[in-house]
Amino acid sequence: MKLDTSGLESTGVLFETGSELVAGFSSAPSFAVPITNDFDGFQKESIQMVKPAKGTTTLAFIFKEGVMVAADSRASMGGYISSQSVKKIIEINPYMLGTMAGGAADCQFWHRNLGIKCRLHELANKRRISVTGASKLLANILYSYRGMGLSVGTMIAGWDETGPGLYYVDSEGGRLKGTRFSVGSGSPYAYGVLDSGYRYDMSVEEAAELARRSIYHATFRDGASGGVASVYYVGPNGWKKLSGDDVGELHYKYYPITSSSTEQEMGEVAE
Amino acid sequence: MSIFEYNGSALVAMVGKNCFAIASDRRLGVQLQTIATDFQRISKIHDRLFVGLSGLATDAQTLYQRFVFRHKLYQLREERDMKPETFASLVSAILYEKRFGPYLCQPVIAGLSDEDKPFICTMDSIGAKELAKDFVVAGTASESLYGACEAMFKPDMEPEELFETISQALLSSVDRDCLSGWGGHVYVVTPTEIKERILKGRMD
Repeated sequence: MKLDTSGLESTGVLFETGSELVAGFSSAPSFAVPITNDFDGFQKESIQMVKPAKGTTTLAFIFKEGVMVAADSRASMGGYISSQSVKKIIEINPYMLGTMAGGAADCQFWHRNLGIKCRLHELANKRRISVTGASKLLANILYSYRGMGLSVGTMIAGWDETGPGLYYVDSEGGRLKGTRFSVGSGSPYAYGVLDSGYRYDMSVEEAAELARRSIYHATFRDGASGGVASVYYVGPNGWKKLSGDDVGELHYKYYPITSSSTEQEMGEVAE
Repeated sequence: MSIFEYNGSALVAMVGKNCFAIASDRRLGVQLQTIATDFQRISKIHDRLFVGLSGLATDAQTLYQRFVFRHKLYQLREERDMKPETFASLVSAILYEKRFGPYLCQPVIAGLSDEDKPFICTMDSIGAKELAKDFVVAGTASESLYGACEAMFKPDMEPEELFETISQALLSSVDRDCLSGWGGHVYVVTPTEIKERILKGRMD
């Protein structure tokens, strides 16, 4: 049994299916569904087998000059830190970025898939796809796999003919347009800093610092976030990586003096 | 998730030449949320005897108070400090008292005997003693600590080298654990002095 998602294709069939040029690209990938009477139970078990790497802080916001995108770089499995150097900001094309939260494989695969679709759209229509269109392409694919165990929480940020664009898309089928998003286990901490420091008329430097500081504070409070705080900026001329700071060093840059006295001690029995 | 992993901790003790070192991380969290970064898990019973309590923080504090209470009673009756071996037996007995509703802690005991012979030992939450000649570990980072200590430990180290070794082992281990870290706390105890140091570490 195969799940056919070609009906959800918004780009339509561009070439004859026999064409060698686009063989394997023109149709949406479809995956074999396990032959079992207990599909939900099978799903539950297989999700446990390939436990998705969870624990992340990612954020993106629109401001006067464009979109700022930032993320940490930690991958964890339960309490174990499996990597401190994960690329969570995925470069879809020179004008569009995606962020990664939830299952690493699911995010990587579907962003790559989105990249292909965006390029094909560009070739067919002789102009770049809008952020709105790209995010809808992804949301439609994710919706077609709803309930089958995909784990994706992403933001699609970019610059198109209408200016800066930002969408939140998740594997539950949600797709939201907005000016300020944060996704992942560290997002409540990042929102705290981001919301209190956000102004629409910030300069690129101010916005980059706000993004970096939001990620730093999230890595400090959230055990599952850490590593490197990378910051990307998307402007009229495409995206550019602005910084990638090791959080281990960033802490002592923000707070140079550390007091050696212990504020909290185990109480004396006589108390 | 296990209740032993609720607050997160990393604890290690090592034996050197006529000395010992005991070290812990400084984090107190509630699952993944970091609440404090100046928490003390290691406490002094007397000048040559230390106990570290990994696991649930509330039980670590309660247990510490009971240890101090029982040690003070012992001091009044015997007019001397407890030997590390005796204290280990006392800890074991206190833990087994609660066999069917245990304190959710795994203690690490480190001390120097009257003959300056170092003693280290760890226990499970119901008091099964485990003596070691080289090092003992406990807490959520225990697996990575085993690896680091196994690779870095050498017998009969002098206090300075022992401090360096235990610190490096602790800091590299907690960098692979989400639930511990945020700095370190090290005690190196020799027959003549106690050296206490706070370690700077990655704050993520």
